[in-house]
Amino acid sequence: MRAPTTRRLPPMLVLGLTGMWLLLNQTLAPGQILLGFVLAVGLSWAASTLRPLQPRPRNLHVAVGLVFVVLRDIVRSNIAVARIVLGLVRDRDVRSGFLEIPLDMRDPHGLAALAAIVTATPGTVWVDLSPDGSRLTLHVLDLQDEAAWIRLIKERYERPLMRIFES
Amino acid sequence: MTEIELPLWASVPATLLLIFGGLLTVIGSLGLLRLPDFYSRMHPPTMGTTLGAGCVLIASMIVSSALMHRPVVHELLITLFVVMTAPVTAMLLIRAAIHRGRLRNRK
Repeated sequence: MRAPTTRRLPPMLVLGLTGMWLLLNQTLAPGQILLGFVLAVGLSWAASTLRPLQPRPRNLHVAVGLVFVVLRDIVRSNIAVARIVLGLVRDRDVRSGFLEIPLDMRDPHGLAALAAIVTATPGTVWVDLSPDGSRLTLHVLDLQDEAAWIRLIKERYERPLMRIFES
Repeated sequence: MTEIELPLWASVPATLLLIFGGLLTVIGSLGLLRLPDFYSRMHPPTMGTTLGAGCVLIASMIVSSALMHRPVVHELLITLFVVMTAPVTAMLLIRAAIHRGRLRNRK
């Protein structure tokens, strides 16, 4: 017999699921809020048995800033990839290739967020994370300056994610 | 035929967004045809699922909000689901391609 562990429900997950329920039903009726909340608590509890590891997000203002940075980067990289597809970068060769980035972040939730960001930005795809989690491999469509790409990923995404998930 | 009245403030931005989103998606699909190898071809279709889909969703929010005279924002959930699931398929595809490359090299 295992000693019963005290399980703390992640408040963000409960709130998020309740919000999602209300959005899906497009309502703010008290009954639906209650139903959504009960469902969210039940589902969060069920999920916590499947995955006991819980994120501890801090510095939520950093997350808000990061969302806007990512949105701007998505627009920019869409335009950049469109130029490459349409052949508007005639003045130089577009060289694509794999890029290895040394990572400092170890938190799995932060890494999942980084994977979502990298994949959502056209021009970069997440390929592999080394088994010890120290090196990330990306495939980059326009690999002009490797150092600049590494700096961009580390400073613009990894650092705020570490502040959110690892501080 | 019932005349659906869409105010000008909604129809103009919605139309522009739909055209822009459609163009981006077409360019993305064109990239799938034009780029030389599998790894490069992974990138352009992402345009359709990010900014392309985003433009269509914002247009949908504007039109629905105008027609129903209240803010309609549940399209945001589609963005959330796409962002959460896209990395999984992208990783599966690219890992499969790498695996195939390794098998070929071994022969």
